[in-house]
Amino acid sequence: MDCTENRLLTSRRGLLLGGASFAAWAYLPKFARAADGRDPRLVVVILRGALDGLSTVAPIGDPDYAGLHGPIALASDGAHPAIMLDSFFALHQAMPEFARMYRDKHAAVVHAVATPYRDRSHFDGQDVLESGYAGPGRVQSGWLNRALEALPRGERVSSGLAVGPTTPLVLRGNAPTVGWAPLVLPQADDDTAMRLVDLYRHRDPSLATALSQGLQLDKAASGDDMKRKPGNAVAQMRQVARGAAKLMAADDGPRIAALAFDGWDTHANEGGPVGRLAFLLGGLDGALAEFESGLAERWRDTVVVVATEFGRTARINGTDGTDHGTGTIALLAGGAVKGGRVIADWPGLKLANLHEGRDLKPTTDLRSVIKGVLQGQFGLSDRVLAETVFPDSASAKPIKGLVS
Amino acid sequence: MARDSQAALVALNRFGFGARGGASGDLINAASDPRGFVKAELARPTGLLLEAPGLQSTQQLGQAVFAYQDQVKQAREAAKATAPAETPAPTEQKPALRRNLSLNAAATEIAGQMAQAKPADIAAKPELMQPGAAAPAAKPAPQPLNVIQKTFRAEALARLQRATLAECGFTERLVVFWSNHFCIAASKGELARIWAGAFEREAIRPHVLGRFADMLRAVEQHPAMLFFLDNQQSLGPDSRAGQNRKRGLNENLAREIMELHTLGVGGGYTQDDVTSLARIITGWTFAGRQGQLGPPGSFVFNANAHQPGPQMLLGKSYEPTGLAQGEAALADIARHPSTANFIATKFVRHFVADDPPPALVARLRDVFVRTDGDLRTLATALVDSDEAWKAPLTKMRSPYDFLVASGRLLARVPEDPGAYLNNLNLLGQPLWSPAGPNGFPDSSAAWAAPEGMKLRLDIAAQMGARLGNNIDPLDLLEFAAADAASIETRRTVERAESRQQALALLLMSPEMQRR
Repeated sequence: MDCTENRLLTSRRGLLLGGASFAAWAYLPKFARAADGRDPRLVVVILRGALDGLSTVAPIGDPDYAGLHGPIALASDGAHPAIMLDSFFALHQAMPEFARMYRDKHAAVVHAVATPYRDRSHFDGQDVLESGYAGPGRVQSGWLNRALEALPRGERVSSGLAVGPTTPLVLRGNAPTVGWAPLVLPQADDDTAMRLVDLYRHRDPSLATALSQGLQLDKAASGDDMKRKPGNAVAQMRQVARGAAKLMAADDGPRIAALAFDGWDTHANEGGPVGRLAFLLGGLDGALAEFESGLAERWRDTVVVVATEFGRTARINGTDGTDHGTGTIALLAGGAVKGGRVIADWPGLKLANLHEGRDLKPTTDLRSVIKGVLQGQFGLSDRVLAETVFPDSASAKPIKGLVS
Repeated sequence: MARDSQAALVALNRFGFGARGGASGDLINAASDPRGFVKAELARPTGLLLEAPGLQSTQQLGQAVFAYQDQVKQAREAAKATAPAETPAPTEQKPALRRNLSLNAAATEIAGQMAQAKPADIAAKPELMQPGAAAPAAKPAPQPLNVIQKTFRAEALARLQRATLAECGFTERLVVFWSNHFCIAASKGELARIWAGAFEREAIRPHVLGRFADMLRAVEQHPAMLFFLDNQQSLGPDSRAGQNRKRGLNENLAREIMELHTLGVGGGYTQDDVTSLARIITGWTFAGRQGQLGPPGSFVFNANAHQPGPQMLLGKSYEPTGLAQGEAALADIARHPSTANFIATKFVRHFVADDPPPALVARLRDVFVRTDGDLRTLATALVDSDEAWKAPLTKMRSPYDFLVASGRLLARVPEDPGAYLNNLNLLGQPLWSPAGPNGFPDSSAAWAAPEGMKLRLDIAAQMGARLGNNIDPLDLLEFAAADAASIETRRTVERAESRQQALALLLMSPEMQRR
């Protein structure tokens, strides 16, 4: 039934409730609680709208950076100095939690990274990022779901999550998923729900599957303090992460999950050390901190991957913002990350080095980063990664040593 | 049996907003002549425009926002001057944060929640602005709605009432389709929120049965769209304003015109075309609060911001004719074969099936080309097609469709939009506020996800609890589907343990959820 249901899911862009969505694998990996006590967890965070990597982790050592990014460029001095990660790259000041994790060697940055997509449509770019195929138009399943299919399946998780009434593409597919939304509404009673499920079973099986899943998940998340609090997009990032971490920290909670945050399409008045992007990055930073504190001792075995569909133009546009670009960053955070470093084959920002004369040139394939994480956390083979998880991607080798 | 309930269900649910309860006789009328029932609405010349007492023009509303913003500013300054001791010491971040909340898309939800919250909820506003705050402070007294919130609710109410009262609802469904195709997001900021309804009334409705090219021009010149996709900020790099202010292009609107409004991804345009169109439409803006360019809040062409010189777009050169340069470009894009294909596909996907029948798409594409984008002929061709009547009713009603259809069946004309707006938020379709410029999704899967179904059931149960006392659920089933209802649905409704439960189950039945 899960398969039928999930094959129907073809929307081009996950529907978001309050700018954030979350979904998880419905099963424990079989090797959870294995002899060595390691119980790996993975959270994939999709930033929809295209994150300006050059404003998040700024190459302030590059002589061309300040000129290209103009008034919104970060600097190591001034009222809101960026946080130096090494002698070349500096982190946005809105992310002190990530900076702390980085100093503790539990966070890393991969720079000048991109998916294989080279055009500039958000929706196609998100399809490529989440589907794991080399081009757009394949929206039946996501790479994380196909990775789950390759993992040994253990018991079913007893609590589930997913914010937003749909599963993000990255986690859609044959492997069953679960979801949860932090909303408060007087609920239909069980008897009514069961009668309806029964009607759907006879007349509309796909609705029966969907509704039964929705009902189960809601049970799992109730009884704790997941009440909906009013809040803006940033507060909701934290809230979603807090709820997700709480459910994922349980012994029988989900181990592998995805969430998506909206709103990164900063065409105008992006802001520099303070402003709109800073505001959003503060929300992301807060969400990472929520995962850290909520997962508690399980943080040790956790990797959070933060990725976006593409970057933004190296040169700011005419409205103190940035238009759709190519190369950007990926962030890794978690106790299992071999961190404290910026991984980059830096292409430089001279005009001749920019992709099509306008964008940071990608020198690292995002798939290599994700493959490295999947291999480090779950031991997936090169072959499965190159054929099933990211079809036709043998040339993008997994990056070794991302996970300790 | 002479009357065909199944065809009536197609007429009412696929094309319209579902049968109305009470003495409407919708299902019987639709059954006697299903095609005629749908097409009758297309023939009514006045059915599209929406004029209700109190609804104002974009220009009037723009001025109302400017006045409101001035007022807020003055009040804040007055408060600062008189009682500095009582105001908490401003942190460095607070003013920036506040500015963001009112003007940027970053603040996706807050404006919506504030406009849609009950007065008691608005008291939570200070808390909303400090995401990290641990405990809510003591609640201040409820504040009255401001002009933006009042306008949004009035616009929402007018639209909901029109949809609830419409006979078949086909033209209103067309309005919703085109409004989502050319969507703006009210969450972009105060101007977008106050303009959201006016945008639909002024740029969409007059052209829903007119020409696509006219709708396209009306949309791209509407202040709400120019604001939503940042074009009011885009300056020709070589224009006088660009030179003076050292600012330049913003590609946002130009890209979405081609990607989302006309040609579609893969429709044959390049990055150079995007940049070129962005240059062509520099100067398309609206007059600001000072009114230097024209009446505040009205569309204006600002020649000072317009990139001089001819431009190449999609292989054709456009001479520097000012405003006319962009209008000529849009007219050509509207006529492009990719546009016909993109629109026909989306149209059939919306009304017929997630996987649109290719033959029907091809036919509508040809109609679009042949008639130069005549949308009345396009809609008529859809209703005249066999496919639209033969395809099973597999599309899932969107939350908006579901709530309107429920209100119609229950014969309740909304007097207050609050419950609708809250439920739309819960179900992931906040009115006029999609997450991105591509609008709300249009696939069954998007609306039939587990969490969404669970929430729909909760909402149906609430409606059942509130309204179940006074209705006969079996009568409603007759109004909604008559003998097109499945045996199982009929039995489920009959055997419910209470009228309340029966109503909830009826509203959630496949007959009410699918279209």
